[in-house]
Amino acid sequence: MTTAVPLPAATVEAATSKVKAAEIAKKKLSSPWASLAVIIISVLWTIPTFGLLVSSFRPERQIKTTGWWTFFSDPTVTLDNYRSVFGAEGGVNMAKFFVNSLVICIPSVLIPLSLAALAAYAFAWINFPGKNVLFLAIFAVQIVPIQVTLLPLLKLFVDWDLSGTFWTLWLAHSTFALPLAIYLLHNFMREVPASLIEAARVDGAGHVSIFFHVMLPLLTPALAAFGIFQFLWVWNDLLVALVFAGGGDEVAPITLALANLSGTRGTAWHLLSAGAFVSIVVPVTVFLLLQRYFVRGLMAGSVKG
Amino acid sequence: VFNTASTTPEKILQMFAALLLFAAVMGVILFFAGRLGGRRGDKWVAYLYLLPVVLMLAVGLVYPGLRTIYESFFDAAGKAFIGFDNYKTIFTDNDQLTVLRNTVFWVVFTPFVATIIGLLYAILVDRSRFESFAKALIFLPMSISFVAASVIWKFMYEYRPDQGRVQQIGLINQIIVWLGGKPQQLLIESPLNTFLLIVVLIWIQAGFAMTVLSAAIKAIPDDIVEAARLDGVTAWTMFRRITVPSVRPTIVVVLTTIGIGTLKVFDIVRTMTGGQFNTSVVANEFYSQTFRADNQGLGAALAVLLFILVIPIVVYNVRSLRQSEAR
Repeated sequence: MTTAVPLPAATVEAATSKVKAAEIAKKKLSSPWASLAVIIISVLWTIPTFGLLVSSFRPERQIKTTGWWTFFSDPTVTLDNYRSVFGAEGGVNMAKFFVNSLVICIPSVLIPLSLAALAAYAFAWINFPGKNVLFLAIFAVQIVPIQVTLLPLLKLFVDWDLSGTFWTLWLAHSTFALPLAIYLLHNFMREVPASLIEAARVDGAGHVSIFFHVMLPLLTPALAAFGIFQFLWVWNDLLVALVFAGGGDEVAPITLALANLSGTRGTAWHLLSAGAFVSIVVPVTVFLLLQRYFVRGLMAGSVKG
Repeated sequence: VFNTASTTPEKILQMFAALLLFAAVMGVILFFAGRLGGRRGDKWVAYLYLLPVVLMLAVGLVYPGLRTIYESFFDAAGKAFIGFDNYKTIFTDNDQLTVLRNTVFWVVFTPFVATIIGLLYAILVDRSRFESFAKALIFLPMSISFVAASVIWKFMYEYRPDQGRVQQIGLINQIIVWLGGKPQQLLIESPLNTFLLIVVLIWIQAGFAMTVLSAAIKAIPDDIVEAARLDGVTAWTMFRRITVPSVRPTIVVVLTTIGIGTLKVFDIVRTMTGGQFNTSVVANEFYSQTFRADNQGLGAALAVLLFILVIPIVVYNVRSLRQSEAR
């Protein structure tokens, strides 16, 4: 966890303002060799995923006896592997873990986002004694690796009788998200012109109505970017899930289920391939639909945890 | 509401109950904040807004952090005070030294290789016609979980014994066979296996490096590029004299950012080898010692070590971030 990277947002904007010049330059510079190199690297980068994707549609026997590249000379397509990971085969039911992941993710995004927005507002637009010290403290705790907190936190949850429930994951993920969220939203809020706030105050608006009526509408892109980042971070998390939900299947998210499957049935490639794609369908969809926000959020928080 | 939910409707109900409870807490805070009128009430509004956050960070981050530092000076059961012995173990025990060596490999190779590939790709793609599509392909691994990425690569490295008509199903071993070699148990041979795990993280992080650097490259003023072009410089000179110096602060930010993430790498090691065959790293060893080997003290010391290692990189990261913003 360290600071946000506000720099890309600025450079992205600078870049879009010059689209035309860049376009002309690009036309001049387009070289076939560059294109060829790009194609080679992108193929290299895509093959691993592609191989597993193809495998997930091949019959179990074939996956285990022949390479996935033989698919093109002997194409047999089946959905059996996907049926298996949805419960047809004993012990594996990705549907349950999929639900768990959603149940874990939604509060783990909404709670820190709302709390951080309030806190960021206080830091950005209200004067109070101790403000700078407190802000610096929150900025500083960003660097604490979550590993340092896990065991004592687990003991606390056991004392509170929360172990093995979703509450452990909601509380842990929300807490870990706060420092970065506050810092990011604070930076964003500082850019709102002070005259806007002053005008609202003169009109007699209090901090509650300024927060809802002036700040929140302006804040939507920042909230979206951080919300998406946090959603994917929680969805893709293994460590927190392993520590707090590792005991049983009841609250385990899909990443943990996949990791366990890989650990216990490391050669069951018909299950692993289908399972892997069930687990990545959500992040990839989010990525494809919300690429712009996604990239911005990811750059802002890429060093979290 | 606070019990373990086991059926799907129960889970969803519990989620809504939790959200409702949270909304109620927010409602109370906002209600009281709304009653505090006038500028004299300002500071109390601020304290109200900050109350839940400060509470959560104090209980969930600061207290556990201090507690772990304290516990790193105790023995496996957390009972007897043993001073710096856990730290001594980390720097003298053979297994732990392997862990440190592997961590050094990870931190040295991942950021540099990922950044170099990302930078080259960003420059090349900047000149191609299918820029956004090509970028999406490289960036995609960044969106999936480390666990899924590990499963994907474990399949690449899969090994089948070299006997009779047994065919390889992992692409890497098949390529070795095509080239006339013998298939290898890739994930078992140390230290080769550590580098094969590093490849997975490079595969993930190159997309991050590429995206950030691409934005920086596009921000290089056109007149500089144009002037150099009119002077007739070669592509290599352009790269060395214009591109790299212009994006240097961003390169440092990318390197340090990936470096911090690499230090904490855990999912890949755990999923691919479980830390066996001499592949463990500090973050994985922390998990194994704390939660598997029941050696609380050593686990705590490893967590603290991770913390200490992160600090200088973060400081450097923040400083270069300031620099690149100031430009």
